[in-house]
Amino acid sequence: MSATNSITSTPPVPGRWPEWFQHDQQRAWDLFQSLPLPSRRDEPWRFANIKATDLSGFSAAAPVRDAADLVSRSSGLTGLSAKLVFGNDALLHSETADLPSGVLVMPLEKAAKEHGDLVRKSFMTSEVRLGSKKFAALHKARLRAGTFVHVPKGVAVHKPIEIWHWVEGESAAVFPHTLIVLEEGASATVIDRFVSAGNDASLAVAVNDLSLGAGSRLSYVGVQDWSGRTTAFHLNTTEVEKDGTSIALQMNLGGAYIRGESDSHLLGEGSRSVMLSINPASGEREIDQRTFQDHFAPRATSDLLYHNALADSSKTIFAGLIKVEDAAHETDAYQKVRNLMLSDEAEANSMPGLEILADNVRCTHGATSGELNQDELFYMMARGISPKQAAQLIVRGFLGTVLERLENEELQSHLGAILDRKLEI
Amino acid sequence: MSTETKPEIDIDRSVGDFRYEMDYAYDAGVGLTEATIDYISDVKGDPDWVRTFRKEGYRKFLEKPMPTNWATKDLENIVFENIRYYLAQGQQPKRSWDEVPDDIKKTFERLGIPEQERKFLAGVEAQFDSEAAYSNIKAAVGEQGVIFVGSTEGLKEYPEIFKKWFGKVIPSGDNKFSALNSAVFSGGSFIYVPPGVKVKHPLQAYFRINAQNFGQFERTLIIADEGAEVMYMEGCTAPKFETSTLHSAVVELVAMKGAKIQYITVQNWSSNVFNLVTKRGLAHEDAEIKWIDCNIGSRLTMKYPGVVMKGKGARGEVVSIALAGDGQHQDTGAKMIHAADNTTSNIVSKSISLGSGRATYRGMVHVPKHLKGCKNNTECDALLINTHSRTDTYPAISVRGQGNAVQHEASVSQISAEQIFYMQQRGLSEGAAMSLAVNGFVNDLVQQFPMEYSVELKRLIDLEMEGSVG
Repeated sequence: MSATNSITSTPPVPGRWPEWFQHDQQRAWDLFQSLPLPSRRDEPWRFANIKATDLSGFSAAAPVRDAADLVSRSSGLTGLSAKLVFGNDALLHSETADLPSGVLVMPLEKAAKEHGDLVRKSFMTSEVRLGSKKFAALHKARLRAGTFVHVPKGVAVHKPIEIWHWVEGESAAVFPHTLIVLEEGASATVIDRFVSAGNDASLAVAVNDLSLGAGSRLSYVGVQDWSGRTTAFHLNTTEVEKDGTSIALQMNLGGAYIRGESDSHLLGEGSRSVMLSINPASGEREIDQRTFQDHFAPRATSDLLYHNALADSSKTIFAGLIKVEDAAHETDAYQKVRNLMLSDEAEANSMPGLEILADNVRCTHGATSGELNQDELFYMMARGISPKQAAQLIVRGFLGTVLERLENEELQSHLGAILDRKLEI
Repeated sequence: MSTETKPEIDIDRSVGDFRYEMDYAYDAGVGLTEATIDYISDVKGDPDWVRTFRKEGYRKFLEKPMPTNWATKDLENIVFENIRYYLAQGQQPKRSWDEVPDDIKKTFERLGIPEQERKFLAGVEAQFDSEAAYSNIKAAVGEQGVIFVGSTEGLKEYPEIFKKWFGKVIPSGDNKFSALNSAVFSGGSFIYVPPGVKVKHPLQAYFRINAQNFGQFERTLIIADEGAEVMYMEGCTAPKFETSTLHSAVVELVAMKGAKIQYITVQNWSSNVFNLVTKRGLAHEDAEIKWIDCNIGSRLTMKYPGVVMKGKGARGEVVSIALAGDGQHQDTGAKMIHAADNTTSNIVSKSISLGSGRATYRGMVHVPKHLKGCKNNTECDALLINTHSRTDTYPAISVRGQGNAVQHEASVSQISAEQIFYMQQRGLSEGAAMSLAVNGFVNDLVQQFPMEYSVELKRLIDLEMEGSVG
């Protein structure tokens, strides 16, 4: 089934981007065309629903019908330093408040024109290693809008930056892009919100790339709440230089088929990457997550914690790899995935991997799958809480423990409230 | 064409590192075609169904791709055309020690199957190249109705039991190498333990490769009938050769209701052997299958013993020790397939990587839909000795439905400098201290081996550790 103006066969119309950018896009389109679709035999696609990777039925999204409505529905954190709202890959709204001078929070298109060198240095420069090379190429080729956040050396942005990405329209495809660059000693908090305007079956191929200079500090949260009929790819690369700290959380609250790839490069000595994910899965949702904790430098730390709660006939796949390269002595790397099985029809697949090429390292990984604790259920029921509500409370507690890893309490309670609404507590 | 023994060559190298000139009475030549299979079938006097089974295996072998999409590229260095697929000293296994040719006896004595060991062991099935050269079961075991023969003899003499399970636990098309084995298998053991019989002493077989470019494709089938118990031990050593050798065995275990099977392997092939083995057990209701697997030798080992827990309350266990020295890749692990309620499985894996050695754990735990009360516990610990050592862990765990508990844990560590320092203060050399620390790391698993194996294992670890420091 191929749509008219299918995103996989109709070449993209060039936007008003600088020449180098358009050239990159053309090359990406050629690459997309030349790469084969994934097959079950490909290890990065083991257990995956290959059918969902046929994107020929989607076409480029038309402009949204009611921009003002979407902007008014973009209500998240208060006390922001900047807020941008995109609908179907067009900027609908932007505002800034108390943004320290020199900090850039602007549409990628504008940044590519005005700060070409900065953008070019960090824009999709890393190899896509976790399976979605073809889809990253598609994203690059069809990219029409995005956000560029750049914090100069030593500058701290105290108030969070929030970016909304709306999709609207049956079979519409969007390609959200967030590029965050923190220079040496800078710090910031960025939240990406991914939402569907209605209940359409849309496609999102999103990229977020995080580049952290020496001693910088970034908290990044992606709150994915696409409609239950949406196919979405969320591809991430995080690069951390000496003594930098990245804390990144991906919440998957919606979608039909979600493929997430998070690739952390621990480039500098003493760098740290915390990789978190909260995945309440229900209905027939499939959440397929692939992660990479790649240690290039000594004395770096990576710490991954993924919690999946699986109801109905949902399915999760977790495939994570910790790699400790030759030179990365005294590495600390941890990886933990926990599956809470809430239904007999649910399916959890875990592939926690280790590849250790250096000695003197401390690496552990663990994967568990279990059910609701009967004692806890009994305790609550004995106090008059209905079995259903008791189960919800346990699930909320199980998912909420991941939020505790975030350092910002305000953010924690904000995300906790979003989770509560989703779990109908 | 002489059967005289020549003086040993390379006598000063490691224990298994020597060979005698052999006169091969039957030799299928080099390479594999359908004619090779006919030749093997003719020489062995295979029944028709076996010939058909071999040809089916051959077809599947040609069809199946190399598993290089997930496995090491080193597999591409196997040149199937350069391998001898069949070669045998004689067609009938020798029944008494006196009938065993002197030169073969000498080889075995060097390997350490001494006279006194036979007193402890219920029977010795020593495989020399393809055919069992020596096979003897103590009268006591035979009287209990236990069958312990070579696989060729098994399929001819006991077809009614043999055929029922042969190729059922591991279908010939399971993977490329099980298909290859199905096409050219020879040697290996067939054991049947009647209902309720508990074999007190372990049954043992020593395997040995002795011809250049010669792949060994033994096939073992062990059936423990209702309530029976048996322990089988398999030890491997091989002389060193200049070109690579392929070893690709298939081992099938069937434990009927309430039966127990323990299968113990100490693998110490020389470091040019590709050791690609498929091992799987089928455990019926309340049955227990335990694989104890120790890999020290070979260039590349790929071996993931499995248990299919088909009956309620069945239990599967894999205890794995791997030691990867310079230039070696031990790619080992376990497969646990839960196919009934209340089945439990346990995997404990410890690996040590030395020098440029690489140890890989690959595991699979599968709990399908609508099962209740299944439990799996997996623990993998890896020890890295040198800067260039490497270790990998690739588990795959699938759980469907609630009511089951599955957990996997893995850790990677190194020997602490304090430990070594402490021991050196007490007069141990650095090498001896390292060796002691490594033995300590695997000690709890080594203790699960029968006595003489655990002694042998410690000695092998000491040997491997020599010269690894610095």
